[in-house]
Amino acid sequence: MNASVNANAPSPAGAQRPLPALLLALLLTLLPLALLSSAAGAQDHATLRPLVDALGKGSFSDTEKQVAALAATGDPAVVPALEALTNGDLYVRKADKAVVIGKRAGGSLALTDPLTGEALGSTASSALDKIRVNNRLRRTIRAALGGLTLRAADANTRRQAAEAIFKAQDAEGIEALDAAIAAETDPGVAKLMREARAAAVLASDLSTEDKIAAIDTLAERGDRDALSMITAVQNSDAAELQEAAGAALARIQKLQAAWDTARNVWFGLSLGSVLLLAAIGLAITFGVMGVINMAHGEMVMLGAYTTFVVQNLFRAHAPDLFDYSLLVALPAAFLVAGLVGVGIERGIIRFLHNRPLETLLATWGVSLILQQAVRSIFGPTNQEVGNPAFMSGAFEIGQLTITYNRLWILVFALTVFAALLIAMKFTRFGLNVRAVTQNRRMAASMGIRTPLVDAPTFGLGSGIAGIAGVALSQIDNVSPNLGQSYIIDSFMVVVFGGVGNLWGTLVAAMSLGVANKFLEPFAGAVLAKILVLVFIILFIQKRPRGLFALKGRAVEA
Amino acid sequence: MTMFSKKFFAGMALSGLMASTAVTGAFAQEETIKVGILHSLSGTMAISETTLKDVMLMLIEEQNKKGGLLGKKLEAVVVDPASDWPLFAEKARELIQVNGVSAVFGCWTSVSRKSVLPVFEELNSLLFYPVQYEGEESQRNVFYTGAAPNQQAIPAVDYLMNEEGVERWVLAGTDYVYPRTTNKILEAYLKAKGVAEEDIMINYTPFGHSDWQTIVSDIKAFGSAGKKTAVVSTINGDANVPFYKELGNAGIKAEDIPVVAFSVGEEELAGLDTGPLVGHLAAWNYFQSVDTPVNGEFIKAWKAYIGDDKRVTNDPMEAHYIGFNMWVKAVEKAGTTDPDAVIDAIVGVSVPNLTGGYSAMMPNHHITKPVLIGEIQEDGQFETVWETSGLVVGDAWSDYLEGSKDLIADWRKPLNCGNFNTATGKCGGSGS
Repeated sequence: MNASVNANAPSPAGAQRPLPALLLALLLTLLPLALLSSAAGAQDHATLRPLVDALGKGSFSDTEKQVAALAATGDPAVVPALEALTNGDLYVRKADKAVVIGKRAGGSLALTDPLTGEALGSTASSALDKIRVNNRLRRTIRAALGGLTLRAADANTRRQAAEAIFKAQDAEGIEALDAAIAAETDPGVAKLMREARAAAVLASDLSTEDKIAAIDTLAERGDRDALSMITAVQNSDAAELQEAAGAALARIQKLQAAWDTARNVWFGLSLGSVLLLAAIGLAITFGVMGVINMAHGEMVMLGAYTTFVVQNLFRAHAPDLFDYSLLVALPAAFLVAGLVGVGIERGIIRFLHNRPLETLLATWGVSLILQQAVRSIFGPTNQEVGNPAFMSGAFEIGQLTITYNRLWILVFALTVFAALLIAMKFTRFGLNVRAVTQNRRMAASMGIRTPLVDAPTFGLGSGIAGIAGVALSQIDNVSPNLGQSYIIDSFMVVVFGGVGNLWGTLVAAMSLGVANKFLEPFAGAVLAKILVLVFIILFIQKRPRGLFALKGRAVEA
Repeated sequence: MTMFSKKFFAGMALSGLMASTAVTGAFAQEETIKVGILHSLSGTMAISETTLKDVMLMLIEEQNKKGGLLGKKLEAVVVDPASDWPLFAEKARELIQVNGVSAVFGCWTSVSRKSVLPVFEELNSLLFYPVQYEGEESQRNVFYTGAAPNQQAIPAVDYLMNEEGVERWVLAGTDYVYPRTTNKILEAYLKAKGVAEEDIMINYTPFGHSDWQTIVSDIKAFGSAGKKTAVVSTINGDANVPFYKELGNAGIKAEDIPVVAFSVGEEELAGLDTGPLVGHLAAWNYFQSVDTPVNGEFIKAWKAYIGDDKRVTNDPMEAHYIGFNMWVKAVEKAGTTDPDAVIDAIVGVSVPNLTGGYSAMMPNHHITKPVLIGEIQEDGQFETVWETSGLVVGDAWSDYLEGSKDLIADWRKPLNCGNFNTATGKCGGSGS
């Protein structure tokens, strides 16, 4: 870009200051090297080349110095090299000690030149030495990249740069920021830059007035990073500064308290949706059919393993369509778990009708068999289930970070719930199921073939557990023990909600989730769980049939 | 959770009993030396322990190819204690009394070790325990080939303090004996280093905890107090996967708040997309990525034995490798497998470890090891960013805990004591 030569001393700030000089100020190193950096072109690479090649030598702190030297040139041409370094893609070629960027392509590495970007062929990884990075180095590089890309053409890059500088909180960067703010056209990015400037001002030795103004800017931002920076100032000597910091802190903390409540509600709903997913299949098999199915958790596990198998097929045959693998996994998991469920019902449960204790023991045995079978087939270790792109990462509403996978699981749980409700209310099959569960003998005498209702009902409950497994594979381990961790919670939800009532299951799952999350910050995860359990036990004493009890003679049957 | 867990474990016990003893190897006519393997092959711990059973079988097979021991073939006796702590004691008794094994390699969790201790003491047999543990123990019949806290936890904290400039600490762990004791030691250590009470946050979660939203957000809040913050994680086994997933999704990068883990190795990372975790740390005495010829051979042999090119090696496997070779060498030295003779012979025995040095058995029945700090890489491996310059001697009794700092263990004559109090000059009784 505008790498000008006459940047030999940091003079007073000015809007027109060229970038290299500002970076000099930022990193305060190696003035002569910046003098060497001339306008863009081939000579440029000639001066940058030794700097880049020096990256491969010495310890972490040596590399850190080299990074500073590279950043001090202020030449955007070094950005690819620094990015590759922080990603661990920068190598030293053993043959000629040249530094190259290597991208894994099959068994070997495809090499490119870090400065010109021209391809250098490919080579085996044994011919290269990787340049190691650690966290400290990554932080340095991030700050350096922030400085180098502050005036980039792309607004998003500038935003990232401003954020990096905000975190680095480096007093030397103020001038660069002033220049960038003056030139900034995007109001959002400009705000971020002002915040980054305020952060830097707090770390500088500027006057108290400047700092108070900076505190105001940060208090406006009001998040935890701001809180942290202002807290650090509070210990300063100046009384006015302390006062301003104290006021700002009080303001931020008040804001934080409100966001904390919102956060807990969100976490609670999210935990509730997981509980709902795990429990909703059980609400059918246990709630509606009255079968104590201890193998319910294993149906969830089978669903998760089906996801794993489906994803592996996608990886092997259609890696481009990987993001859609979950869509295929859903029906597959429903079928696998559903068929196993029908098998269990036909093979075991129908012979144990009305003998709950034996059913409990038999299904418990089934659950152990399924676990060990999966262990023998897939091995005892965790299997990797990937998150598709739309389920990775997070976005922010104000100061509430919402992760996409949790959001999708909440949406998914509610969709499954609604679909199930509709199936039970408005289909012939649902009508039969309700009739059989209300009064088996009466339904039979009305011409409903009860065994033909039992098997698909159990299959439906199991199948839904299976698709719950698809969702849970996104947030939990896919291991043979997956089901065990959900079976107790599932029973808890169904019993609390009222046996035989789908709405009860929804309300119970959500209220248990939220209660748990509000208790957790005060009581800790272990005690919160115990408290919730104690509460349910007491509640069941008072209302043995749960929140939404079924009324009428059916209950007595 | 708790309500049904008794039933679960009772059920597991049943299934374990049914699975019962499986004796591998041919029933040869010739006399063999039997080696017991006491690792869970079912239940919650199977995820970690099955691998150790396999590596023991491989080591025994290799030893037999080399001609066995004392002119006899070795024969592995595998039992499945099914992640059920009391069953560990029963199975240990069965191995020693019914199968007549000369030594046992086994256990993972501290509670399983504590459960078998009295059995080994009573029947005077040998146990090689391959997992990093909380220390505060030294028993005549047990050899601790995993790391003691001073071989893992303390160096890790030192690294964060010196290299990353960490001033604020979150000690997060699963709620049982290893994390609680380790965190107690770390807390005492940090305070001794001048860290203030309010700069330490301690947090415990149940086994298999899967909803980490609140804790991750707490860590984020704790980390925004204007000081560099790090998490020291003693979170066990399965719970790590959702924890790291939540960290990744919540956007906590290793550059901002690094997490150093003591229970996360190559095996645990195998079930994870490690992309968002690059830079988080683990402290061990061995990484698969360590580039030494002996490690290269070990990895090659392991992959060939297990028949899967994707399987990884980890620290407890190395501990078994060291422990087994130490036992072999001690038996050769003593000329017999008699436990008393082996206990006398094994102290001072030194065998190659996989990181290019030698590990020696110390009089306190712990071994010398190098300490490595590694950062998680994109491919699920660790890259060593720091290591101790020499070997660290395992310390059975922590120097930072009240009531334990005066204790030493020395199983040589004439002291022959696992908890000798140097202040009073008395042995507190044998065992711990």
